Amino acid sequence: MTESKNYTTSEILPILSARQLRDGMVVFAGVGTPLLAATLAQRLNCPRLTILFEGGVVGAFVEPGKLPPSTNDQRCTRRANMVLGSSDVLLLLQRGYVDLGFMGGAQIDQFGNLNSSFIGDPAAPKTRLPGTGGGNDISSLTNMIVAMKHEKRRFVEHVDFITSPGFIRGGTSRRDSGLPAGGMFRVITELAVFGFDEKTRRMKVLALNPGVTREEVQDNTGFTLDFADNLAVTEPPTETELRVLRELDSERLFIN
Amino acid sequence: MLEHSVESYDRLREKMAARDRSLREKVMSLQEAGSFVRDGMSIGVGGSTMSRTPMALLWQLIRDRRKNLTCSRAIVSTDGDLLFGSGVSDHIITSWFAQGILWGLSKVMRHHVEKEGKTYEEWSHMGVGMRFRAGGMGVPFLPMRAMLGSDVLKQRPEAKEIDCPFTGEKLLLAPALNPDVALIHVQRCDAYGNAQIDGLQFMDIDLALAADRVILTTERIVSNDQIRRAPDQTKIPFFCVDAVVEVPYGSAPHECFGLYEPMMKHMEAYVKQVNADPIDGMQAYLDRYFHGPEDWNDYLDLIGMRQVLEASQHGRSIYND
Repeated sequence: MTESKNYTTSEILPILSARQLRDGMVVFAGVGTPLLAATLAQRLNCPRLTILFEGGVVGAFVEPGKLPPSTNDQRCTRRANMVLGSSDVLLLLQRGYVDLGFMGGAQIDQFGNLNSSFIGDPAAPKTRLPGTGGGNDISSLTNMIVAMKHEKRRFVEHVDFITSPGFIRGGTSRRDSGLPAGGMFRVITELAVFGFDEKTRRMKVLALNPGVTREEVQDNTGFTLDFADNLAVTEPPTETELRVLRELDSERLFIN
Repeated sequence: MLEHSVESYDRLREKMAARDRSLREKVMSLQEAGSFVRDGMSIGVGGSTMSRTPMALLWQLIRDRRKNLTCSRAIVSTDGDLLFGSGVSDHIITSWFAQGILWGLSKVMRHHVEKEGKTYEEWSHMGVGMRFRAGGMGVPFLPMRAMLGSDVLKQRPEAKEIDCPFTGEKLLLAPALNPDVALIHVQRCDAYGNAQIDGLQFMDIDLALAADRVILTTERIVSNDQIRRAPDQTKIPFFCVDAVVEVPYGSAPHECFGLYEPMMKHMEAYVKQVNADPIDGMQAYLDRYFHGPEDWNDYLDLIGMRQVLEASQHGRSIYND
């Protein structure tokens, strides 16, 4: 990567994720980068973005410098339109009110399946991870954006365990499993922006981040990547994006 | 085992019929309320993550050295660590288990699941919610569309996949969960147990309706007249409730909406200590903060005036314009 970057991985992830959102959307955001990205979009070019949190919040408008440490804390409710029970806000996903879901990931595979439950055999796990939270519900019921660090051990051919389903085994297997709606839409990393092939449902590079090469993305990925025919190069973060982001997380809970 | 995982409707109604649901005062001490819980019971824990955790009741159960409890909660934070680490629980049903997203993985949970054979029974967040809701509705299951196609479901033979009799679509049936006792912390209630909850409710209303017994801890006990002035704020009716205990700062070091945010310095020190040594670090924490204090106020003293004040200042600021 180029030497002259004026931003970090923890900054480019929310910035590129925020660019995927459109004004007027209803988005369901997890804590950390997703919350930061949705709030950033709301401050920049999506003032009518409606943000939902699994704690039960509808229409959040998080205050700069007071980011909630989880999506179940009182800070999430600040200036929101409505507070529901947790089950009821999750049921909005099932009914279809939500345009996009938004979360982080520990391990992802070629079909966009996410693992946040086990490393190794679930019967005798090498590592027991925290689990799904609302991740499985969001990824089962709406279109997903995942923002995560790009490492070979995190981008694997098959995840050890499907916690949150992407396109499962590709093709029509997601629909055949009883999940007719939603699916992986975008994966955002510090190296590239990814989409999924319409037919095979395999991960595909849509755009390289500034200063990143094809080889660099492939070398950091544990399976063979497809590249879009019209492969783009993403515009670097603007001064405004960086300034607003740093104001939002002035406590430095999630960016560094 | 599976066949018995959902209680029969006859049995649910028998237990309800035997319950004293009359309008009566239920105020008692933390020790008295703790005695509702017996070894081996199934316990529903209110709140979620670091919010409105019934910490004072968990503190009491740990001091009472209860054993073999199966505990269920929307999402667990350090409460899950404490239940495993103290030996009170060997089975936790939830959707997410770590201290908090800021701190990565819980070494305490990892130790007890990977090395001690304790059970973290994972459902999706909605899965836990539908289980409590079915329990509260008096039906054996509720259909849902999440969890299908995932390995989370493969680990859960208790859930059943069916073809919908109306549409033929695949659906998942989440079995009802009716805990023996629910532990719930609220901002205020009256002596009968009419409970008002400010801010996020999480799954507490369904949990209160589902459980066979409900113990409330409350920041304040108010008069029944005060409850009646704002009945729309009452979220749990008195006839669900079996015990009321007034415990100011009853969620500390977690938060209680509008009153105090999490006591973050205490949380950070806790996480550092137990993740460095999930056995001895945890034991030292339990000895100092759980077994050592004379009473709950003594515990708050140990957390410290400065921590409590800072958390209160942040907590109340939610009402500032």
